[in-house]
Amino acid sequence: MKKGRASVFSQLGYYIKEGVGGIFVHGFMSFAAITVIAACLLVTATFMLLAHNIDVQIEELQDSNEIVVYIDSGFTREQAQALQSDIMALDNVENAIFVTKEELFENFLAGLGEDTHVLEELRNDNPVRDSFRVIMKDISLHSETLKALMGVAGIADSNSDVELSEKLVSLRSVINTISITLIIMLGAVSLFIISNTVKLALHARADEIGIMKMVGATNGFIRGPFVVEGIVLGVVAAVFVFAAQWAVYNYLGAQLLEGFGAIFELVPFETFRYKLAAMLFGAGVVLGVGGSVITIRRFMRV
Amino acid sequence: MIKFLDVCKTYANGTKALKGVTFTVNDGEFVFIVGPSGSGKSTIVKLLCGEVRPTSGRVTLGDYDDVGNLPDRYIPYLRREIGVVFQDFRLIADKTVYENVAFVMRAIGARGKAIQKRVPYILELVGISHKADRYPDELSGGEQQRVAIARALVNNPEIILADEPTGNLDPDLSLELMTLLSEINNRGTTVLVVTHEDELVNTFKKRVIAIEEGIVVSDRKGGYYGKGDGRV
Ligand SMILES: Nc1ncnc2c1ncn2[C@@H]1O[C@H](COP(=O)(O)OP(=O)(O)OP(=O)(O)O)[C@@H](O)[C@H]1O
Ligand SMILES: [Mg+2]
Repeated sequence: MKKGRASVFSQLGYYIKEGVGGIFVHGFMSFAAITVIAACLLVTATFMLLAHNIDVQIEELQDSNEIVVYIDSGFTREQAQALQSDIMALDNVENAIFVTKEELFENFLAGLGEDTHVLEELRNDNPVRDSFRVIMKDISLHSETLKALMGVAGIADSNSDVELSEKLVSLRSVINTISITLIIMLGAVSLFIISNTVKLALHARADEIGIMKMVGATNGFIRGPFVVEGIVLGVVAAVFVFAAQWAVYNYLGAQLLEGFGAIFELVPFETFRYKLAAMLFGAGVVLGVGGSVITIRRFMRV
Repeated sequence: MIKFLDVCKTYANGTKALKGVTFTVNDGEFVFIVGPSGSGKSTIVKLLCGEVRPTSGRVTLGDYDDVGNLPDRYIPYLRREIGVVFQDFRLIADKTVYENVAFVMRAIGARGKAIQKRVPYILELVGISHKADRYPDELSGGEQQRVAIARALVNNPEIILADEPTGNLDPDLSLELMTLLSEINNRGTTVLVVTHEDELVNTFKKRVIAIEEGIVVSDRKGGYYGKGDGRV
């Protein structure tokens, strides 16, 4: 009864030819659309990378199962070493390793690599103190363990950065809120722009669409090229943003941090480039499909 | 086969365009539909294409035995059974004659090879192949209507529906065009022509269905259509 029904997918070549052609026919509008979508994706991606860096920092801070505690400088070495049993007696302490201030200084120098001659002069007036490396059983009890350690008489200080970690966590949630707001706002702007470009394309071809419907083209077939046009706009923007992000992150980002006397290093771009690419590509496709489909739906009802 | 069974159509604004229309057109027939302006002729065409749905009654076209209740997703396939020709040609201005015809084959998913074979054949059939590379605005009205007929034919429909195809043409061209439609009918395609032109109707001596105010007032073979046959 229905002869010659062609699959929507068998027409992919046609959609691509027409859809990509449409991009060029609507040159200025396409250019404007790609620019706006790219700007939106760039802002979104920047915030996500920022959030990612903070996450990694927080993880590093929290993942360490080791706390270094420094002994009161008034303690003799014997008194200091004697604290080991007190420390070991605490809950959640797996092990406590005594490190003399000389060892600590050496380690510190070794960690610096070259340019240590300035510090060599300090060797005889060693500014660091004897210490214990305390290994925890359960890192989630970090702050409780720290409190208990600080309660031991003779322990004066620690390297623990609970405060920094907490600051980062709250910064992270601020960035999260900003990111989500931006993603929603900029996503809406991108959808609007794609939808307008596709609307333009549809109106320019209203006659053709009318005739296609008259001769029995399916809605899917009529939609194809416009959906492709939307997807191409989104994906082209995503490609530009990926390249831009790569450059900005590696050069500008590194320089900025250096300028601020960085307390931490940027996570290397290479570690998340595939994730970023997939995310941008996905966002481009979703925006492209979404923007074109909502427009066509309204248009095709007539 | 086309069958209207007590078909009524009332538009959303309350206009009663058809008030119980019944007729049957067999495969291979040539039928004129005549009647004054506003009598409901175009509504019959639109009902057949699934562009509007009947308020009551039943419309049958070929294997589609209830066009009025055909789900939307089957409408495109219904339309592939029908080639439509309009008074205003409706060609695409920025496509050549060839592209205007090839385009509708592509629209239903035909392959490049099939298109390259079929389009020249159809252009030849309607006598316009020498203008294949021209644009519509470089053609006369009669030539444009030939292109529109080529376009209606190219997907090999069972039925040609022509809604006042000669409305924009002078009498000589009208006669030529109607002759072309008659030849197409001789090759086996069912042809339904809506027209105002009495002279043409008289010349061709085909079956004539006359509509007035949404009612069939006369349906006779042999073709004479004159005063008293549905029009004052
Ligand atoms: N979409 C519509 N909405 C409301 N009324 C309509 C619609 N289409 C047609 N009509 C009305 O229905 C009646 C029949 O219209 P139709 O177009 O079928 O007439 P026709 O016989 O083709 O006329 P003409 O010879 O002028 O083309 C007319 O009164 C017209 O105004
Ligand atoms: Mg009409």
